[in-house]
Amino acid sequence: MADIKFKKTPILTDAILHYCPGCGHGIVHRLVAEVIEELGIQDRTVGVVPVGCAVFGYRYFNVDTMEAAHGRAPAVATGIKRVHPQNVVFTYQGDGDLASIGAGEIVHAAHRGEKITTIFINNAIYGMTGGQMAPTTLVGQKTTTSPYGRDEAHCGKPIRVAEMLATIEGSAYIERVAVNSTANIIKAKKAIKKAFEMQIAGKGFTLIEVLSNCPTNWGMSAVESMDWLEQNMIPYYPLGVKKCKED
Amino acid sequence: MAKKLMKGCEAVAEAAIQAGCRYFFGYPITPQNDIPEYMSARLPKVGGCFLQAESEIAAINMVYGASGAGARVMTSSSSPGISLKMEGISYLAGAELPCVIVNMMRGGPGLGSIQASQGDYFQATKGGGHGDYHMIVLAPSSVQEAIDLMQDAFDLADIYRTPVMMLADGIIGQMMEPVEFKETTKKRELPEKTWAATGWKEGCGRDRAVINSLYIENEELQEMNDRLQARYATIQAEETRCELYNTEGAEIILCAYGTIARICKSAIALAAKEGVKVGLVRPITIWPFPTDAMRNAICQDSVTSAITVEVNAGQMFEDVRLAVDGKKKVDFLGRPGSFVPTAEEILDKIKQIRRA
Amino acid sequence: MANVNLTIDAERCKGCGLCVRACPKKIMSLSKTKLNSKGYRPSEVTEPEKCVACASCALTCPDSVITIVKL
Repeated sequence: MADIKFKKTPILTDAILHYCPGCGHGIVHRLVAEVIEELGIQDRTVGVVPVGCAVFGYRYFNVDTMEAAHGRAPAVATGIKRVHPQNVVFTYQGDGDLASIGAGEIVHAAHRGEKITTIFINNAIYGMTGGQMAPTTLVGQKTTTSPYGRDEAHCGKPIRVAEMLATIEGSAYIERVAVNSTANIIKAKKAIKKAFEMQIAGKGFTLIEVLSNCPTNWGMSAVESMDWLEQNMIPYYPLGVKKCKED
Repeated sequence: MAKKLMKGCEAVAEAAIQAGCRYFFGYPITPQNDIPEYMSARLPKVGGCFLQAESEIAAINMVYGASGAGARVMTSSSSPGISLKMEGISYLAGAELPCVIVNMMRGGPGLGSIQASQGDYFQATKGGGHGDYHMIVLAPSSVQEAIDLMQDAFDLADIYRTPVMMLADGIIGQMMEPVEFKETTKKRELPEKTWAATGWKEGCGRDRAVINSLYIENEELQEMNDRLQARYATIQAEETRCELYNTEGAEIILCAYGTIARICKSAIALAAKEGVKVGLVRPITIWPFPTDAMRNAICQDSVTSAITVEVNAGQMFEDVRLAVDGKKKVDFLGRPGSFVPTAEEILDKIKQIRRA
Repeated sequence: MANVNLTIDAERCKGCGLCVRACPKKIMSLSKTKLNSKGYRPSEVTEPEKCVACASCALTCPDSVITIVKL
């Protein structure tokens, strides 16, 4: 008997992703979609997509979706969740969206213990606008607005979002994962599933920070970018569970 | 129902609840704090939700989320806070989402003052946020009218899938007047919100909901804009409202909205004692602007000139002049900031115009 | 193991090479002879008989173009 080892989940539409070759967004989209399928929650899930590379997320996630203004996804998700507490609500946000212009919204959604799940893609750069410096850009990393490399004295060190939000009382589950290897991708999916389960159990705010790549704006091949992520991002952004409020 | 004495802000909040509003997201700012305060006490008792947001920006985006999920939802603020909401309002307009926004105007620009003003007319009627959009803007001149317009505000929002603003000056918000909550006599037919994002799967009886204002292809964006403009044309044709007071055969026409229109009525009484017939055109919807009614009243043969009276540097003044299109002289009385003209000042202006 | 049916939707493949990197058996490569309609060199399995259906390639593929069936 045929045993299907891998097949695209129907929670992703058949639309071809607009992302560059080798972009981690595609991997994370699939993980989120697979989790929704496995938990059997498609018919009560509402996704909120950001401004940034994932702006077209509504074309791919085969669930009801809303497109939020830049950085405002956690506020939009709050509105949805307060109207329909039985819905499973997630936001999908990049580092410019969440850690820069939307820093206020994410901190307060966490602070309120908003029962939503945020998938936070940290690829250390602004992708959609063409490779500008993000709050998560590493010290020394060259971008189109830090052409000599990020200077700590000039604009500070990169923000560690997972650690910051873990200190907030209202957060229930915070983990940092990466998509640089098969093993880490498997762990990332487990983390996303855990976050959705914690939301469904009503534990509070949940966020999974995913270290991802941006081959185009980092100026390297997809394969090189995964190695770069491993060698440069993981040492500064340690992987693991930062907060787990089980009870 | 018996009349009771009620503060404008609280009356607006109660009227919203009676109109079916169950969700409120807001942020404190004077002079409208009584609205969120009232909502925070009442909404939990009627199965709704009040949430104090971390900012005006977050509040309007919570409104976006709640509206997209199909709820009757509102927010309120005062001028500087409304400026912060403008981004979200543009998105609400672009995503064709209904909601009600109350602006209890205070003096500006910048932090301005906390006294009443009408400085936000341009912002409310000409856009405020980016892109080619309009909101329906309702301008009550009494606490009772604010109550009566609230049901309309929510119904119009749902019917036309658009944000609706109630634009009142701080006087309406802060004064107490005897009011009555009437049973709604005319019930409008409201469309079903089949577009709302509530959870979907294949075969559930509707298309997958995508609440969105992004149309990356020129043709698609044009189509969306054409749809909005067609809707605005319908709104202009169907929903324009104004009060004509003593205009028939008048020599001078005053043009004013909100509380200032009531002061104009006092000035009209003073003028009548001196044998001068003065009328008033009071827009109730300032968008859509009652262009035809304004032109018809001012362009009567009996009228020598019109005076627009506002608590700003002359904002609606521009729309009145556009309506009249050079056919009559239109003058202006008003000051930016928060100085509300008295009936006597308006009478002086009438006399001055007549002498000239 | 020839009892694994690994198919790659060449038309949707963007030739990023992440599957090639992920494959523990080193039996994948980007095509040296084919281009899809977008101009990408799609991924191919060079020695299908060595495939163990571990799905590493599919798990790492950003575009979900790989389907693996164990017969």
